[in-house]
Amino acid sequence: MSTAVHSIDELVDNFELLGDWESRFGYLIDLGKELPPMESADQCEANRVHGCQAQVWLKLVPEADGRITIIADSDAFIVKGLISVLLAVYSGKTAGEILATDGEAELARLDLASHLSPTRKNGLFAMVQRVRELAAGTEDMP
Amino acid sequence: MSGILSGIRDDFPALAQKINGHPLVYFDNAATAQKPRPVLEAIQRYYEHDNANVHRGIHELSNRATAAYEGARERVAQFINAPSTKDIIFTRGTTEAINLVAATWGVANLQEGDVILLTELEHHSNLVPWQLLAQRTGAVLRFIPVTGDEGTLDLSDLDALFRDVKLLSITHISNALGTINPVAELCAKARAVDAVTLVDAAQSAGHLPLDVQAIGCDFLSFSGHKLCGPTGIGALYARAALQEAMPPYQGGGEMIAKVAFQSSEFHVPPHKFEAGTPNIAGAVGLHAALDYLDDIGRENIHAHDTELASYAKDRLAEFDGIRIFGPAGDRGGLVSFVFENVHALDLATMADQQGVAIRIGHHCTQPLHDKLGVPATARASFYFYNTRAEVDRFIEVLQKVMKLLS
Repeated sequence: MSTAVHSIDELVDNFELLGDWESRFGYLIDLGKELPPMESADQCEANRVHGCQAQVWLKLVPEADGRITIIADSDAFIVKGLISVLLAVYSGKTAGEILATDGEAELARLDLASHLSPTRKNGLFAMVQRVRELAAGTEDMP
Repeated sequence: MSGILSGIRDDFPALAQKINGHPLVYFDNAATAQKPRPVLEAIQRYYEHDNANVHRGIHELSNRATAAYEGARERVAQFINAPSTKDIIFTRGTTEAINLVAATWGVANLQEGDVILLTELEHHSNLVPWQLLAQRTGAVLRFIPVTGDEGTLDLSDLDALFRDVKLLSITHISNALGTINPVAELCAKARAVDAVTLVDAAQSAGHLPLDVQAIGCDFLSFSGHKLCGPTGIGALYARAALQEAMPPYQGGGEMIAKVAFQSSEFHVPPHKFEAGTPNIAGAVGLHAALDYLDDIGRENIHAHDTELASYAKDRLAEFDGIRIFGPAGDRGGLVSFVFENVHALDLATMADQQGVAIRIGHHCTQPLHDKLGVPATARASFYFYNTRAEVDRFIEVLQKVMKLLS
């Protein structure tokens, strides 16, 4: 279970079930707690995503079948929960699929934007941006 | 204390609301304070009755606007016991005030090798302008160290600290830790080596009685919005004698005496430093705020803030795994803290869900946080309208949030 990536549909369903935002934040925290930790060696400046109030590290691991596994971590639970949402949108896709995905539209299904502070929202979009950049980089590789 | 302040919350419309279904507990006063009705009404009244441009008009409204604006300058001078209204320059706030000093006095007076003495507690607004000035002039920055989590200054070797110092620029009360610095003592030391002094009073003006002559500083800056006034207005106290020799800050209308195509003569201080139409309504609101505070009494406000901070500190100490910052004794009205295994961001987000507003981050004191070895702290900061019951509610919310997060 700890390695499971949720589907975005599953997250949207659970959000709807939970109803109020206090429970939804509680759920994000739970998602954050079950996110597998990143190795400490990977928590380095090269993997740092700036623009978040908490520390965030993110890297893409291309698999043999062309799919990309996203590994990311943060020192804050809610941010780890948001990483879990990010993984639901992007992890396990090919670089082409990642670039073809409208991440903002997918995230909008959770209505997160209106409940995250503008700085937090920027942090989330900084992560989306980093995933897209890294994916574009792997696509360029021979 | 509830005696002098009972009923006072009714003056603040913003405090009466619910956030996420819970009564708002506003503990972010070090960032900005809420506004009482007399301030809101003064601004409204000014725009409804007296609005005109200042200084140049011959008509009645312009006379009234000028009287209101210059009246506010007089009120500011009195508020900090400045010898003359000429010593008061209106600015957008503390940040602009410090930038003004750096860009005028600093550029005209500092040379390569001159030392600008700051403390490790400084807000970025009392650090970055000096970094820019140092790059421009070749002056160097030196820092009075803090002792650790207590956040008091290490003044054990004053003579070494003050060697070659031309400017001392220090915060009166630390916005990050609540430390109250011995500004009068440090300004006296600076005077003894002929250094010019600036006190950043952003966190102290409106929180305790302030007397620039007793402090003995050359410059002092504060912001209106942190003491119940509007945003976009603040003041710089600058000794008139120093202003004479300072080049202008920005050019434009209001600051000139005579303009020709190729050159201009400048207005006398402080007008020389106020180019363009000033924030007249802001000055009117600031005037009302200073009146409001002095009706309460700044010594009462300080006693209240300190008492609440000390109560909050005691209640926070009930938590396991908490690290509380700031001095043990007298302190400004705020408490900063971190939990061992819980990020301040999670804490503040969940507290907001319960209606409690606190600030987290480095509070614009990144180098200080680097030194303390924490990327972010949580800060609860108080003002005279906050109550012990609110501190209790804050603690209750923290208990709930910690259960969820651990």
